[in-house]
Amino acid sequence: MLKMQNIHTYYDNIHALKGINLNINKGEIVTLIGSNGAGKTTTLGTITGLLKPKEGKILYNDEDITCVQPGHIVKKGISLSPEGREVFPQLTVFDNLKLGAYTRSDKKEIDQSYEMVYELFPRLFERKTQIAKTLSGGEQQMLAIGRALMSKPEILLLDEPSLGLSPNLVLLIFELIKDINKLGMTILLVEQNAKMALKVADRGYVLETGKIIIEGNAKELLNDDRVKQAYLGNL
Amino acid sequence: MKKENKKTNIMDNFVDQINQNKKLKYALICLLLCVAIALPKIGLSSFIIRVFTMIALYAILGLSLNLITGYTGQVSIGHAGFCAIGGYTSALLNVHFGMTFIFSAICAMIVAGILGLLIGAPTLRLSGTYLTIATLGFGEIVRMMALNWDWLTGGALGVSGITRPVIFGFELTTFNGGLYYLVLVLLLLVSLAIYMIIRSKMGRAFMAIRDDELAATLMGINTTRYKITSFVISAMLTGLGGAFYVHMVRFIDPNTFNFDISILIISIVILGGMGTMKGIYLGAALLISFPECLRFASEYRFIIYGLILVLMMRFKPEGILGGQSKKPYKMPSGIEGDYQ
Repeated sequence: MLKMQNIHTYYDNIHALKGINLNINKGEIVTLIGSNGAGKTTTLGTITGLLKPKEGKILYNDEDITCVQPGHIVKKGISLSPEGREVFPQLTVFDNLKLGAYTRSDKKEIDQSYEMVYELFPRLFERKTQIAKTLSGGEQQMLAIGRALMSKPEILLLDEPSLGLSPNLVLLIFELIKDINKLGMTILLVEQNAKMALKVADRGYVLETGKIIIEGNAKELLNDDRVKQAYLGNL
Repeated sequence: MKKENKKTNIMDNFVDQINQNKKLKYALICLLLCVAIALPKIGLSSFIIRVFTMIALYAILGLSLNLITGYTGQVSIGHAGFCAIGGYTSALLNVHFGMTFIFSAICAMIVAGILGLLIGAPTLRLSGTYLTIATLGFGEIVRMMALNWDWLTGGALGVSGITRPVIFGFELTTFNGGLYYLVLVLLLLVSLAIYMIIRSKMGRAFMAIRDDELAATLMGINTTRYKITSFVISAMLTGLGGAFYVHMVRFIDPNTFNFDISILIISIVILGGMGTMKGIYLGAALLISFPECLRFASEYRFIIYGLILVLMMRFKPEGILGGQSKKPYKMPSGIEGDYQ
């Protein structure tokens, strides 16, 4: 469904992604793990069109989307919930969700999406008219994910949804990720919390300084010493 | 200091009350409108009417700056430049081609809008403070051009002999209250336009850009285009304000709209409360009437004026009517407390 072929991305002179090959099939949860600075967020930025790769191709449903504007990529059905839950702090929860559906115009379908989001996150319904910056960290994360769902994506990209949450809430968020996947959504999950991520995922990729060093079945990666090495170095 | 806090709390409560009670809100708006309409008829001196006219004019300027600064989050400190562009356009069309106010004002809006596009298109592609610096330069460039393009603007002598606005053969002056009613109508139209914009999908996009530009991009909003749209609309409405002023005083020279005017407009927006409409009316009323009320203090009045601004920044930095309501959040009906 989504294919990255030999992607090279630069921040000016810094060579951040050095030839990424990634493949996501319909209905999967794929996780991308790696330590800080490995290039996880850069990968997501490249998929969503925020960053332009210097080399390589991104194919989405066999269509080249390498140099498409971010707005059009959202319209095509790829939606990102950014790192650090960047909600719109001064707008209400409802307005945040409304902005999530910005690229859509069918009112009936948008109403269905509200219902779906409120069903997944009842807490958001309770706090519909509350200003987003007054929500707790976990609620803001729910809002960021809910907002990403409002564009009715086929692929949902999640950038570190567990960042800064208590262990209890991390469990809840991962449960919700599974629920969202059961609704038929394909998910690319970027995480620091490798153990949790590999537990919910079908397949995993391990990223180290801009290269994919290991890929494979998530359950197998869970017991792979090379994953530990990627995080901790050679011990 | 405690006392001061208490006072602002009373004010917040009052604003909350009004916001919650829709009937009260509309009644208050109607009442204010009636008072505004009745003002020239109750025997006030023409000086007072002129002050009210200026308040309404600056409310127009404040509202248009608020659209780009308060709602879209892009600071412009050269809005007097757009006033000057609107003023000169309207004045020259009136003097040379005999256009009446309505048509020359529309042309003024168009020219100001085009210049807004020229300034905005290159600078608004970037995020950050580029617009602020570009507009700072723009205001000065406009003034210098007005001063040096003698063949067009009359240089330092300015343009004089501009006719008063005439509507259906009826000349509007300060004495018959016509100018006051004209600016009131303009203020209503501008308010209505801005109210509709911020309530629309476009307005939501503006506010999303203000809150978080990256997240706005991820929602599929073309941030550059919306920032430019907001800036152009703001420039057009500012040009309208400039055109009205020129027809009121019937004269314009390069110093009519200088840097001080830009700062005054920004002060109105900040003092009243960025990103609110009611705050702008209050800000304009306070900042325009302060210097008039303080005339008895003669040369000290600007010290007092500055002091008030400093105190205000200390005790209510988000503006008099700005900031979020301090009322606790009320859950929607049907939800029982006690979870987690």
